[in-house]
Amino acid sequence: MIDLFCIGLVVLLVAVGVPILFVVIVYNGLIRLRNEVDNSFAQIDVQLKRRNDLIPNLVETVKGYAAHEKTLFENIAKARSAVMSATGVQDKARASNMLSDTLKSLFAVVENYPQLKANENFMQLQEELSGTENKIAYSRQHYNDVVMEFNTRIQLFPNNLIAGPLGFKNKELFTAPEAEREAPKVKF
Amino acid sequence: MKTMFEQVRANKNQSYLLMAFFIVVVGVLGAILGLVWGNVYVGLFISMFISLFYTVFSYYGGDKMILLMTGSKPVAKEQYPYLYNTVEGLALAAGVPSPQAYVIDDSALNAFATGRDPKHASITVTSGLLKVMDRQELEGVVAHEMSHIKNYDIRFMMLTTVLVGLVTLLSDFILRSMWYSRGSRDRGRGGGQAQAILLLVGLLFAVLAPVIGQLMRLAISRQREYLADANAVVLTRYPPGLAGALEKIKNDPDPLVDNANKATAHLFISSPFRKTKSFLSSFFSTHPPVEERIKRIMEL
Repeated sequence: MIDLFCIGLVVLLVAVGVPILFVVIVYNGLIRLRNEVDNSFAQIDVQLKRRNDLIPNLVETVKGYAAHEKTLFENIAKARSAVMSATGVQDKARASNMLSDTLKSLFAVVENYPQLKANENFMQLQEELSGTENKIAYSRQHYNDVVMEFNTRIQLFPNNLIAGPLGFKNKELFTAPEAEREAPKVKF
Repeated sequence: MKTMFEQVRANKNQSYLLMAFFIVVVGVLGAILGLVWGNVYVGLFISMFISLFYTVFSYYGGDKMILLMTGSKPVAKEQYPYLYNTVEGLALAAGVPSPQAYVIDDSALNAFATGRDPKHASITVTSGLLKVMDRQELEGVVAHEMSHIKNYDIRFMMLTTVLVGLVTLLSDFILRSMWYSRGSRDRGRGGGQAQAILLLVGLLFAVLAPVIGQLMRLAISRQREYLADANAVVLTRYPPGLAGALEKIKNDPDPLVDNANKATAHLFISSPFRKTKSFLSSFFSTHPPVEERIKRIMEL
């Protein structure tokens, strides 16, 4: 009689405990991963902001030698403020790519001004900017890796049974239409 | 292929094992010395105390010791913006905190990473490497080191250097001093006993030496280097960068890093010694052949 009672108790504990344990483990894992997604997105943001902070100085320096390239400066200013005002992941990715492109054309124009190219201040800014472009690319790559992992994790069975009800949704990739590695690799 | 998580766990376990092994070996040595002196427990107690202290010190300060031993100097961002930006960029790619950058003033082309975990890590490159490599190649090298940091290779390699390396250096020292003191054996009256003890310790070290050599080679295991190469390419997504860097390292006419020694050699991205084809050098060789590494990278 007592034996039967004990067995019943164990069965009950297992039947209730195992699902609870499963939910707790999956939930904690997903929370950890989602925080990593958010953190790596913040890292992209830091670099985008850093680039935006560098641009006014750069434009001022270039203006000193090539004041008449007005449309170029306007385009840069526009793209820069678009990055600042962009909110969603995809919006940010698009704005960021646009700014990368306009900066590329800026550095293409600079090729025509040998004196500017030799300017100490300009060279420093150029190194900083290409370093930051690289960091944007790298932080974006890491973000996308983590998002991929997160999305896969919540889609896999049996995680998918509880991910939805617990409020986990697919995260957006920080994608760019053109080739990932091309943009920052350009030689200024 | 092991996952990153498994690599990290394996490295942590091996690190603990190594520390335990070190404490036991030194403890046994102390007990034997105590036996010779007449009291096993005093010897055991003293050696346990010393080895525990040294192990804790190694865990927390081993990287500083290595940086000092190799003559690495911390550098500021203003001095080396190029190196800094590369290190910070790849830290972002790997998702680890940015390690402190160090430079060794040496024309040889080499680099290493050390530290106990990604939060307490550093990357050192030689000034020669900075001069010779273009951006993609430097990225490749830094990515290789970043991979060592991310999967905790650095912890195990650091502990191997300061724990096992100490035993190697000590045994070298004792064997040599035995050699030189042989002629003056019967100078002092009480010297006989001390000589006997020294002889015993020397013999012990001589017995231990092959074990230690094996350990050092285990520590570096060629697999670790291949894996770091592969992970580096995952970070940069550009195999020719690291391959080009290794090509330049291979053709380096003077690969000798002045401050490298047997204890620190395995830390470097490629062997810091002159290329010799002697039996001993291939026996102690801790690095896979560069040609093979380049081949594997380009196949990725």
